[in-house]
Amino acid sequence: MAAQIFAYIAHKSGKLDDSALELTTAAKKIDADASITAVVFGDAATADAAAAKAANTYKAVWKVADSALAYPNAELIRPMLAKLLPEGAILLLPTDSFGMDLGPGLAVKRNAAYIADAIDFEGAKDGKLVAHRQEYAGQVYAKVEANLSGGAVITCRPGAFAADEAGGAGGAVEDKSADAGPVPAAKRKFIEVVEAEVGDVDITKSDVLVSIGRGIESQDNLEIAFDLAKAIGADVSCSRPIVDAKWLEKSRQVGTSGQTVKPKVYMALGISGAFQHLGGIKGNPFMLAINKNPKAPIFQVADVGVVGDILEIMPELTEKVTEMKG
Amino acid sequence: MEILVCVKRVPDTAENEIAVKADGTDIVRDDVVYSVNEWDNYAVEEAIQIRDNVGGTVTVVSVGDAESEEIIRREMAMGADTGVLLSDSAFEGSDGLGVATILKSFVDKGKYDLILTGALADDGAGQVGGMLAALLDLPYASVVNKIEVKGDKLLVGREIEGGNQEMNEISLPCVLSIQTGINEPRYVGIRGIRKVASLEIPCDGKDACGLDAGIIGAAGAKVKRLTYFVPELGEGAEMIEGSTEEQVEKVIEILKAKGGIK
Repeated sequence: MAAQIFAYIAHKSGKLDDSALELTTAAKKIDADASITAVVFGDAATADAAAAKAANTYKAVWKVADSALAYPNAELIRPMLAKLLPEGAILLLPTDSFGMDLGPGLAVKRNAAYIADAIDFEGAKDGKLVAHRQEYAGQVYAKVEANLSGGAVITCRPGAFAADEAGGAGGAVEDKSADAGPVPAAKRKFIEVVEAEVGDVDITKSDVLVSIGRGIESQDNLEIAFDLAKAIGADVSCSRPIVDAKWLEKSRQVGTSGQTVKPKVYMALGISGAFQHLGGIKGNPFMLAINKNPKAPIFQVADVGVVGDILEIMPELTEKVTEMKG
Repeated sequence: MEILVCVKRVPDTAENEIAVKADGTDIVRDDVVYSVNEWDNYAVEEAIQIRDNVGGTVTVVSVGDAESEEIIRREMAMGADTGVLLSDSAFEGSDGLGVATILKSFVDKGKYDLILTGALADDGAGQVGGMLAALLDLPYASVVNKIEVKGDKLLVGREIEGGNQEMNEISLPCVLSIQTGINEPRYVGIRGIRKVASLEIPCDGKDACGLDAGIIGAAGAKVKRLTYFVPELGEGAEMIEGSTEEQVEKVIEILKAKGGIK
């Protein structure tokens, strides 16, 4: 029997997240014959808008609308999905702050298998599904097999599955609000979204970024990166560990939980290249990576790479460039 | 406030190059440096700070092998009040639900207002906190990067996309998964480690936890790791070889050509 796959459509006030078009590709990889249904939650206006857009890609769209769902609070949506989805269904979610919030608990409530952050599928067969994922900060790949007897909840990595841009599906939107409702009383209330603070340098506007990661080793070494940036006329950005250590302000962090940058040249210095970091680099810049670890994932995406210690190479670069400029 | 923090001993990815064994059954574990999972360490620091502000105790629990004792000790050297190891050969091969089920059996024996886990660990799944919350029927918030105690509720910030923070009010008891950067974990010196070196860490097995093999262990797992593998990747970066001096010259040449030097 073909699988029944549901794609959770993430949206912001009715505007679809990129994952909305990627999950249909993921679903087809699981089972080319699957019935794929988009599920949209929101308040009346945003659910309508998102459902209408999803219907361009999905032949079937289930809409759940309530004024309490204006903001996607996983604690409200989880019990509603648990009730709404048919037995044995596979639900796909994006691997993001919402999917991570919703998914694991939903799998428990539905007695379903949970696969986190899938990057590929080998296809469902005999009630089992093999998925590919990464472990150890992207250094290692693993194949996992999920038992589908109770269905599955799967988060899919953003960008790992091609967006289905075909459109024209002419899908039918079905209002499932009554089946999923009523909205339960939640013990967690959404209050507000606090926007990121703007720092003294706007790295989203930089043409050239000297971006540093763990390889910088200590706060005192930051100067070496700033010297290089000054010499070549770049700005300094960084990966998450540098901000976690409070060495640089959050506004300099590149990644899905930081800033999205679109430079012409990106120098990834001592950055391993976790997908959350790469997710913040858009516009296909020329990328140079320097890292001590020859197996660092960053070398898979960089144009040019050097295996080496940034603390040795950066000062030499600065010196040579300064010399050259006279 | 009675706080429980779930911690895991993991290969330290900042210190190790992780490689796959030729037969794909495991990663190469010789010479691998282990440490407490980075996210869990932030969770323990947060728990200690909350306890120091409002009173109570911090208990650290780990599901793992006998060597996990060392990270429990380390977190006690940081300031956790008690530590317990949950270890049994029957636990091996447990999936996320199995681990959450083992932890639940421990939670059920105590009375905790707040349960913390790391948002992620070495397997990159980020699943145990959310599963534990669901098993316990408690409210949950993931990727938490701010906690403020407000009577019988907490004000929690979640790290969402774009560097933004989602503020929520959550009632106690609850389960939170903690994101790195929420605080600055204190340094644990050799003297601190020495102080706890001789502490007895209680260890509960399957029977003490009151568990049967239905969900835990490899047999109970709904999700199994079949193999590690090395994917066929693209060519990747063009690598610049040579002496440091040669590499530097080549890098400058390339940067100039690509407009990276202004």
